[in-house]
Amino acid sequence: MDIPYTTTLRPDTGLYNAKVGMWLFLASEVMLFGGLFSAYILLRVGAPAGTWPHGWLDVPLGTINTILLALSAITTLLAWAALKMKQFPRYKIYHALTIFLALVFLGIKSYEYRDKFHHYEVQLTDGRIADGHMIENKPGEDYVVIEGAYVGSHADLMEPRKGKEAEHSEIRIERSQIKKMQNYGPWHNNFLAIYFVLTGLHALHILGGIVVIAWLWGPGSRMWFTDPVRFTNRVEVAGLFWHFVDLVWIFLFPVLYLT
Amino acid sequence: MQATTHAIPHVGVHEAHHEETGFWRKYIFSIDHKIIGIQYAMTALSFLLFGFCLMLCMRWSIAEGAKMALTVGYTPKPIPIVGHLLELLLGAPAKGGIMSADLYNSFGAMHGTIMVFLAVVPLLTGAFGNYLVPIQVGACDMAFPRLNMASYQCYFLGGVIMFTSFFIPGGAAQAGWTSYPPLSLVIPTDGQTFWLIGMVFLITSSLLGSVNIITTIIQLRAPGLTWMRLPFFVWSQFVASFLLLLAFPPLEAAGVMQLTDKLTGSSLFLPSGLAVSGSVAHASGGGSPLLWQHLFWFLAHPEVYVLILPAMGIVAEIIACNTRKPLYGYKSLVYSVLVLGFMSFIVWAHHMFLTGMGTRIATFFQTTTMMISIPSVIILTCLLISLWGGSIRFNTPMLFALAFLPMFGIGGLTGLPLGFSASDLHLHDTYYVIGHFHYVVAPGTIFGIFAGIYFWYPKLTGRMMNEFWGRVHFWGSLIFMNLVFMPMFAQGLAGMLRRMSNGGANYAAAQVPGVQGALRGTIMEMNHYILWAAVGLGLCQIPFILNLFISLKRGRRVANDNPWEATTLDWQTPTPPPQINFLSPPSVFRGPYEYSVPGRAKDFVPQNEPDPAHN
Repeated sequence: MDIPYTTTLRPDTGLYNAKVGMWLFLASEVMLFGGLFSAYILLRVGAPAGTWPHGWLDVPLGTINTILLALSAITTLLAWAALKMKQFPRYKIYHALTIFLALVFLGIKSYEYRDKFHHYEVQLTDGRIADGHMIENKPGEDYVVIEGAYVGSHADLMEPRKGKEAEHSEIRIERSQIKKMQNYGPWHNNFLAIYFVLTGLHALHILGGIVVIAWLWGPGSRMWFTDPVRFTNRVEVAGLFWHFVDLVWIFLFPVLYLT
Repeated sequence: MQATTHAIPHVGVHEAHHEETGFWRKYIFSIDHKIIGIQYAMTALSFLLFGFCLMLCMRWSIAEGAKMALTVGYTPKPIPIVGHLLELLLGAPAKGGIMSADLYNSFGAMHGTIMVFLAVVPLLTGAFGNYLVPIQVGACDMAFPRLNMASYQCYFLGGVIMFTSFFIPGGAAQAGWTSYPPLSLVIPTDGQTFWLIGMVFLITSSLLGSVNIITTIIQLRAPGLTWMRLPFFVWSQFVASFLLLLAFPPLEAAGVMQLTDKLTGSSLFLPSGLAVSGSVAHASGGGSPLLWQHLFWFLAHPEVYVLILPAMGIVAEIIACNTRKPLYGYKSLVYSVLVLGFMSFIVWAHHMFLTGMGTRIATFFQTTTMMISIPSVIILTCLLISLWGGSIRFNTPMLFALAFLPMFGIGGLTGLPLGFSASDLHLHDTYYVIGHFHYVVAPGTIFGIFAGIYFWYPKLTGRMMNEFWGRVHFWGSLIFMNLVFMPMFAQGLAGMLRRMSNGGANYAAAQVPGVQGALRGTIMEMNHYILWAAVGLGLCQIPFILNLFISLKRGRRVANDNPWEATTLDWQTPTPPPQINFLSPPSVFRGPYEYSVPGRAKDFVPQNEPDPAHN
């Protein structure tokens, strides 16, 4: 007496068990990201005028990442379709592409993260603010060097696209002049905090998806030769998850990058 | 007519074990839903006892606080027996066997967390849900046995993290089980970090468990077991699992955000200009403490129904079996439980009337709160009417099930004044609230759990629990539960605040001459009675604990596989059920509660017994 409907479809639902389980899991995931998006909306609506930044993220990089994930959704679908047509070698090619695209996505994402951690806002004792990327910050030296520009006020930093972009140059600042120096990590302001939480959690989902798809591509794919129907189902269910992760990005991109 | 006679089972049990499994696979890393259910039960019962002991220490502290307020020059006495032990284990916070205010806060926060997330919910969905749902739907296991194992392991790890946090420097979380920021974030110890990480494990556990239970109910129902033939217990598990599935993730989101605040110093929940210990906090600000409350209560209100629905399911099964007649209004029960599940998602802000929300929003939430009491009352009424005209068997499970009805009734009705924002303004944060929700959960849900344990024990072990000591346990628990919680309504109405380690200014006002509305002596003296009633309640659990273990060896053997002569599939299996539950896959021919059907030889017709016409 084995557990029924692991590969066959239950007549009244038309589904096998794993698919039901995955849809339920995705419902839960919708609530997880739904909670975070609600948090984003409430934080943004509640922020006093002029304190919520716009245009802090790199739109071209975000666009490339969006295209990468959209392509990976296609390859995921084709990988499953290849198995349905009993073309195992093509399945291998398509899912290799999926994994490659996902890894490039994570690479670009980590470049964007790195950029934020190197980006500093330096408030000087004379009231000026220097903003730019850290070039030199040795513990022993009594100065730091950033590649950036002076801005008029803290509020100017919130709308970098609107003001004229100032010439960037290397600025050398004595440590004794610095009132407060802070990089653009989650502690800097709430836009960055929710940005890191949302994209960080999304990146973890991408990572989880890569692990599962890589397993189904590598050692897990041996099941194709013993139980092809069940293997195809696994690929389909993993694909459902992958499409969901893509979909979350489709919401994240406009919300964080474009507004 | 299978497996209800004496002959089949005990031979069948051994034949069914064709697959030899080692000790570790069988008992520790088991993928058998029955073993996992028992693992959940034992772990959760241990946490239930532990959470109760935390509360006893707290009650001592509050009772001493009342003595201090009533007697000038009184110095508090150390906690008897365990005070010394606490000092040995925890050091300075329990110096001289007297709890510090910080330690009291830790115990309070962890009492709530442990009771809700580590004891009662795991008992209901983890233990009862795991063990019974697959058998009651006629399946051989859960849909995903390995996820089921992972679910228990996540729960266990979460429990270990929570328990360990008592012994780290600074102790466990102190900001209440609700963990409201900014308080939870500005307490400088690491207890809150442990709490948040522990919660992530517990949420993962309940996610895996609820996916499993729902899939099992949708996909693995036996042939002929249509939705409207499901036992009410299965329905209650179905709805409770959906609540866990959909309500927990927003708390996980909030937990991740609070963890980000705690670990990276971000300000998602910290407002601008927050002052901590007299100076402005070192944070970017701009965050929203109310956001946490919304996300928290979006989980925590449906969680209340996760606590109560499966208990109602257990009570319904026991009442139907012991009145020997069908449940009154099965369909109303099913639709009510579905409506309850849905409505529980849109009432959460009645916990937040004091946050300064607009009157329109408050009106919306008090309206939905009043509406949600309708299906609750329907369920309770159906269960009550089910008793009418039945030939009731008063055994221990039935006594607990019967006591559930008025006790839950008190808990529910005392909730109404809290659901109206006007009366809630007075009652919020007083002992009235504590009395209210403990009536729902302690003599409500926990009585349901006790009823279930006494009822299904013979199926798990093949032996009955001792009836006499069961009654001692029941009457003692019933009396002391009421002595503990009933005075709290009076205290709360008089304005006694909750979450006070020794009463603080709230109690001390009694000593200041001429203070208007100070607590009266009789109100504060109730703290002693409550303390000793709680001790009595603890003593009444000793017969239960002994009964649970001694009956394993000494209990009266069951005469057959169906000692209560029940109709649902769980009683049509060998005792205890073999690894694959049924000797042959069952088919279902009828609804779950066909008791006393006219024209039948016996007063019960099992769900899997074909109609005579078909024979």
